[in-house]
Amino acid sequence: MTQSPFSPGVTAGRLDAEEYSSNFSDLHPALDPHEALVAADRCYFCHDAPCITACPTDIDIPLFIRQIATGTPDAAAKTILSQNIMGGMCARVCPTETLCEEACVREAAEGKPVLIGQLQRYATDHLQAQNVHPFVRAEATGKTVAVVGAGPAGLSCAHRLAMLGHEVTVYDARPKPGGLNEYGIAAYKTPEGFAQAEVDWLLQIGGITIEHGKALGAEIEMAGLKDTFDAVFLAMGLGGVNGLDVEGSDKSGVLDAVDFISDLRQADDLAALPVGRDVVVIGGGMTAVDAAVQSKLLGALNVTLAYRRGRDRMNASRFEQDLAASKGVRIMTHVVPVAVHGNGAVREIEFEYVNADMSGTGQMVRVPADQVLRAIGQTLVGDDLPALEHGKIAVTGAGRTSVDGVWAGGDCAMGGDDLTVTAVAEGRDAAMDIHASLVG
Amino acid sequence: MANLQSDFVGIKSPNPFWLASAPPTDKEYNVRRAFEAGWGGVVWKTLGSEGPPVVNVNGPRYGAIYGADRRLLGLNNIELITDRDLYTNLEEIKRVKADYPDRAVIVSIMVPCEEAAWKAILPLVEETGADGIELNFGCPHGMSERGMGAAVGQVPEYIEMVTRWCKQYYSKPVIVKLTPNITDIRKPAAAAKAGGADAVSLINTINSITSVNLDSMSPEPSIDGKGSHGGYCGPAVKPIAMSMVSEIARGADTRGIAISGIGGITTWRDAAEFITLGCGNVQVCTAAMTYGFKIVQEMISGLSEWMDEKGYSDISQFRGAAIPNVTDWQYLNLNYVAKAKINQDLCISCGRCFAACEDTSHQAISMSEDRVFEVIDGECVACNLCVNVCPVEDCITMEAMSPGTVDPRTGKVVEPEYANWTTHPNNPSATAAE
Repeated sequence: MTQSPFSPGVTAGRLDAEEYSSNFSDLHPALDPHEALVAADRCYFCHDAPCITACPTDIDIPLFIRQIATGTPDAAAKTILSQNIMGGMCARVCPTETLCEEACVREAAEGKPVLIGQLQRYATDHLQAQNVHPFVRAEATGKTVAVVGAGPAGLSCAHRLAMLGHEVTVYDARPKPGGLNEYGIAAYKTPEGFAQAEVDWLLQIGGITIEHGKALGAEIEMAGLKDTFDAVFLAMGLGGVNGLDVEGSDKSGVLDAVDFISDLRQADDLAALPVGRDVVVIGGGMTAVDAAVQSKLLGALNVTLAYRRGRDRMNASRFEQDLAASKGVRIMTHVVPVAVHGNGAVREIEFEYVNADMSGTGQMVRVPADQVLRAIGQTLVGDDLPALEHGKIAVTGAGRTSVDGVWAGGDCAMGGDDLTVTAVAEGRDAAMDIHASLVG
Repeated sequence: MANLQSDFVGIKSPNPFWLASAPPTDKEYNVRRAFEAGWGGVVWKTLGSEGPPVVNVNGPRYGAIYGADRRLLGLNNIELITDRDLYTNLEEIKRVKADYPDRAVIVSIMVPCEEAAWKAILPLVEETGADGIELNFGCPHGMSERGMGAAVGQVPEYIEMVTRWCKQYYSKPVIVKLTPNITDIRKPAAAAKAGGADAVSLINTINSITSVNLDSMSPEPSIDGKGSHGGYCGPAVKPIAMSMVSEIARGADTRGIAISGIGGITTWRDAAEFITLGCGNVQVCTAAMTYGFKIVQEMISGLSEWMDEKGYSDISQFRGAAIPNVTDWQYLNLNYVAKAKINQDLCISCGRCFAACEDTSHQAISMSEDRVFEVIDGECVACNLCVNVCPVEDCITMEAMSPGTVDPRTGKVVEPEYANWTTHPNNPSATAAE
């Protein structure tokens, strides 16, 4: 180790090998079989359980937990996967503390919900470790569907369509499938190549072809898809990033958080990744937290998360905020950036404190920064798209767009939270609607 | 501070907690450790006749039923009586009793159902200085196939006969241990009383198969692929034991005989409950086998604290206190009307009461869109199932209706007077109320 956390500027190799490995290991280690039984036993098997209602994919949680408790984790996995084909990833990345586990009656009773997320992972890992795919395709329908985007929404839709007997071609601009599961989620939530392993497992259903390096508006066009396929599902996510429109934002060291995370996820050697000594992340969502925490884990000495409103308004859950704080990230609230200072490279970022109504207070603060990561929202890019609403594709019902034969879901479409689990639900529901329209 | 001193048919011990005749009391080493831990007495593991000792299986002797987190709820065993030499046991008993004169040492005995066998062993036991004997008429496995244990305990005439021999050839108290593997527990108890027994102890273990291995198709515990029914004990058998104890405590032919309570006693509270049903003391085995001898400390402190709280200075003050309230169904007050009441502040909205009532009972709980669960008094028969399945203590309670109010289920006024089935108009053999 030639560098240390104290080395100024943006530099790689701040930590020794063991620290990298420990910092980026599994955030929640897997439950062992006995831990799973103890955790499962805490489930009350509620009537019309609130956790099911809270789950965007409506997984029958009490049933799968009872299946774990009675020694049949593979049956539990089938219960999960029949509703959510990416149940393995969702078990890792879902903000369960604001979904199923928040609704758990034991949260109300004791402040300690059943460990639904970790139990879901226990079951899905148990099945997938045997490389068993529990679903089979229906008789071929002869219908073809194009899916744009191999992220959670696209793959969920593709799997369901393939299972129903349709032939699916998935187009993705990136060289690997998985979308944000592969490129956009903190490494410690999905270590050891889980995202790719899950996609490989999912594709065992058959009937799905993925073509990489095909971006909508470049290698493929809406008109061509509509002509070639019986239906089209758009799930390309949000390809653009909101800029930081302040003086000095063009200085070197100012980056998009999504690129920082993507580089980290694709890195073979974390020690080769440069990170600043003083990192400032601007934003208050999951991407901002993922970038801030991972900066810290890469060896940044001071990491500040700067958000324009109070913590209660942050899109990142309380658990994520506390995780960031526990890793040593400083959370600044009620600040908006007004200027980036430095001579070529960023040295400081200047904020103004703002009131709840976003009016300026006139009070300024400068924070040392040799790296600034922008995480202030992403935007939909593309031409010839169906009608938009608030910058996203407008949908009605199960993802129907303004164009006949074209559905949309996931982050590129209106509606729902921008969560993996929501994308999976939208993909699945659109698939059912596409199926109904193709065979109806 | 409450006095836990126990005098059971003249056998004194510093507390009413004895270890039952079982593996924990098989030898001097264990019994000394038990006394050091605070146990008031032990019933030494059953001795057999002079000669080659019995042999035990060399595979698993125990099987178990678990609750959450492998909490042991029920245990069964196929172990036989002591497999050590008779004289070794007798010498050890003598030494231990000499060193612990304030503790109760009872010797459990099981020999063939012949007068000569009893006549031979009783003087040897007398000579140890032990405080009494317990006749093992309960062991349900192995020994019963040889005409001993439960094979005797299931024939009241044998019980009376053997008890008589023991009273004839032994000078100290004779306790008869009863098997629950019988239709009416009062019959063997009455036989023991008729034979002159000073006390009965119950229950011995219950015939059981704890589980079947679904791969090998062998019952557990499995010995080379085969299993045999074992004796079931532990917390799961406590309700069965308490019912049998109460039958003896209030039976016309058995009332008054001293009872040593056995069966799933795990905490001070269990012990107190057995005593309220008429037991003079209690015997413990599975709890000690699960947690070790130290549990007696909790039993002592718990019973003592509860007695202080209730103002009891001596165990005899509450012994049998619940017996007047154990009655036959036909004497229960049919004019007592209760309704379930859900405390909305405590309710966590799990809906288990709703599922239980809606699916399996009287459709007397409503569920709103926002998961508020309420009792429908017009349907509630006060069955108590909702109380039993609710995971929150005291969230659902049964509230008695005041006399004079109208039960919305029946439309009838709740009568203040006690009235039971014997005088009920629907009873074909009802007798007119006097």
